[in-house]
Amino acid sequence: MGLGIPELERPPSEWTRKHLLGLEELSAKEILILLDTAEVFRRLMLEGRRRIPLLEGKTCVNLFFENSTRTRTSFALAARRLGADMIDFSAATSSLSKGETVVDTAKNLEAMGVEAMIVRHQTPGTPHLLAQNLRCSVINAGDGPHEHPTQGLLDIMTIRQRFGRIEGLTVALIGDIAHSRTARSDIWGLKKLGAHVIVCGPSTLVSPRWAELGVEYCYNLDDILPRVDVLNLLRIQFERQLTRPFPSVREYAHLYGMNRERLARAKPDILVLAPGPINRGVEVSPDVADGPHSAILAQVTNGVAIRMAVLWLLICGGQRG
Amino acid sequence: MGRLIIVGGRVIDPSQQVDRVTNLLIEDGKIVGLDAVPRGDEETINATGKIVCPGLIDMHVHLREPGGEEDETIATGTLAALSGGFTTVACCPNTDPPIDTQAAVHFVFERAARADHCHVAVIACVSKNREGKELAEIGQLVEAGAVAFSDDGSPIANADLMRRAFQYCLMFDKPILSHAEIPELTAGGVMHEGLVSLILGLQGMPAAAEDAMVARDIALAESTGGRLHVMHVSTMGSVQAIRRAKARGVRVTAEVTPHHFTLTDEALRSFDSNFKVNPPLRSREHVDALIEGLVDGTIDVIASDHAPHAKEKKLQELDRAPFGVVGLETTLSLVIMRLIEPGHLTWSQAIEKMTVNPARILGLNKGTLAPGADADVTIIDPELRWQVEPEELLSKSKNTAFAGWHMKGRAVTVIVGGRVKFRR
Repeated sequence: MGLGIPELERPPSEWTRKHLLGLEELSAKEILILLDTAEVFRRLMLEGRRRIPLLEGKTCVNLFFENSTRTRTSFALAARRLGADMIDFSAATSSLSKGETVVDTAKNLEAMGVEAMIVRHQTPGTPHLLAQNLRCSVINAGDGPHEHPTQGLLDIMTIRQRFGRIEGLTVALIGDIAHSRTARSDIWGLKKLGAHVIVCGPSTLVSPRWAELGVEYCYNLDDILPRVDVLNLLRIQFERQLTRPFPSVREYAHLYGMNRERLARAKPDILVLAPGPINRGVEVSPDVADGPHSAILAQVTNGVAIRMAVLWLLICGGQRG
Repeated sequence: MGRLIIVGGRVIDPSQQVDRVTNLLIEDGKIVGLDAVPRGDEETINATGKIVCPGLIDMHVHLREPGGEEDETIATGTLAALSGGFTTVACCPNTDPPIDTQAAVHFVFERAARADHCHVAVIACVSKNREGKELAEIGQLVEAGAVAFSDDGSPIANADLMRRAFQYCLMFDKPILSHAEIPELTAGGVMHEGLVSLILGLQGMPAAAEDAMVARDIALAESTGGRLHVMHVSTMGSVQAIRRAKARGVRVTAEVTPHHFTLTDEALRSFDSNFKVNPPLRSREHVDALIEGLVDGTIDVIASDHAPHAKEKKLQELDRAPFGVVGLETTLSLVIMRLIEPGHLTWSQAIEKMTVNPARILGLNKGTLAPGADADVTIIDPELRWQVEPEELLSKSKNTAFAGWHMKGRAVTVIVGGRVKFRR
């Protein structure tokens, strides 16, 4: 079973979860199990092992009700590298447009013999609704502005690779906090591992109530920049905003856009992340996105490793035996 | 119909400031009076250890018929009402077609008579087709028997239409029942805007959306002299505004639902659509303000806002699932457990808000055990323990927010027009 790799002999006994719906409900220990397992997969991939067939004969489904490129392909690649079959299901081409409910659609897919369903939906809680109504594992691949746990995990993995730790770091999330599922998953994961988290953006998108959850909030990026170890530049989610929360993209870029000038005032070893897709010239200028502080491409590689870890732990771990 | 005597119960009739153990005599469908001595030839109900009160009135119920028979019918809804201890329900006009014509009012009465469970009072639309554009034929609807007017389900966004409605209803002395919500502030919302919505990433509905509309409606009622009844009050701001308005003599009354005084927005953490209601479940400080409003009389009425929805409609993504929960069969228990037992309200104060107060607002000759009144009587076992099993509810829909709850207190005998209609 373990293919001669001691760490993959069997999932850690501490792992008991069937679903991954968010990082809020995970313990620090569980997050560390996910990160450490992902590092094993990353090491094997860097060693050139393209196939690690721990999930031979298993089937996963990508059930995406929202557009996605990298998350979807990242999960597909993760499943295939583990030897699982991958069904790709798009809401646009489905019977949902014929009036079938999301629960019925998922149950029909499950009936084809599925071990894990990877769900993206525009409404918070839809993966939870499916988890309550299905027998297979459900993985939240983004539910509206609620959570995107694998994105949070890969952000944390990338930070840990750079600094060797999470505890004691100051991580600032910049931009559209209100509509960002990445922000919420990052916040829970980073705080559980001991980081200080700042949310920064326009006051229409940054609630002062974050303070009640132990998160610092501010409206002025330049004020916090000198004491930040990691910046995560969140995409402005124009599609989720009913009334545009700031006057113009130009004004936003002026106040919050990350460019060379701003970077010069930051710590010399600052790490710049972006969950992508980015609006180049809005959240980040091209020279920063492609510069030495950026880990945007490392995030993509880590994403595959994280998703391999999630699939293996959920399908083979815990109560599944 | 002969004589019926209820003996040995604790008779509570807030309309006459009565609260004592005595007998109640009914003859030919009317109340004869208290303190009657049995002759021996009457039908006798022993109510020892029970509470005997005027038949409960729920002035905010959605019976869904016509048009929503998959969710509820007049027959199933009025049976659920009996089971909950209600002898009269007022039904909302957001049906399909809406109740905005005499024929529609007659239809409801005809169906209610055929079902022959409890009385049904009809609330008719303020605006034609509930479109919020022009007034419905309110005079004709009053002639047909409508007791109040509301576009419930939707707010009346057009302030001038609302003003006209207040003015026009003056000549019929009928209240406008307001679903108070500024639609621009709640668009796309599924829950209360607060810390929990921030965590869950769900679109919030700020308390200000209700506060601002209640303030508008009070200003319009005050300036026209019209009668305003604020439905399902859910915010601290509404309670404060209504309290101030009452103090200066504005003709305003208000109701609260059991789910709003029992639950908070924390319930949404489950993402269960049975906690998706409009107005939304609020945070603790609002719930506390509602209870204060009940205690000091700012809130006159407890009503269920019984809103049945078929299972497949509720078993959807939170933004697609409709707002609303059933409430007829759980209201009385929650009043007992959440208001009376903790000492917020006395039995008499609680019963007042479910009998004589709604009767006065709707102009019904009910809600009292005074001699000559219709013999609608509810007998409550305050100690009866039961558990909410959704599938056992008599409502056609099972979308309760209290599934699995252990309840205390329930109606055991319900008498409508002198006849025992329900026995448990």
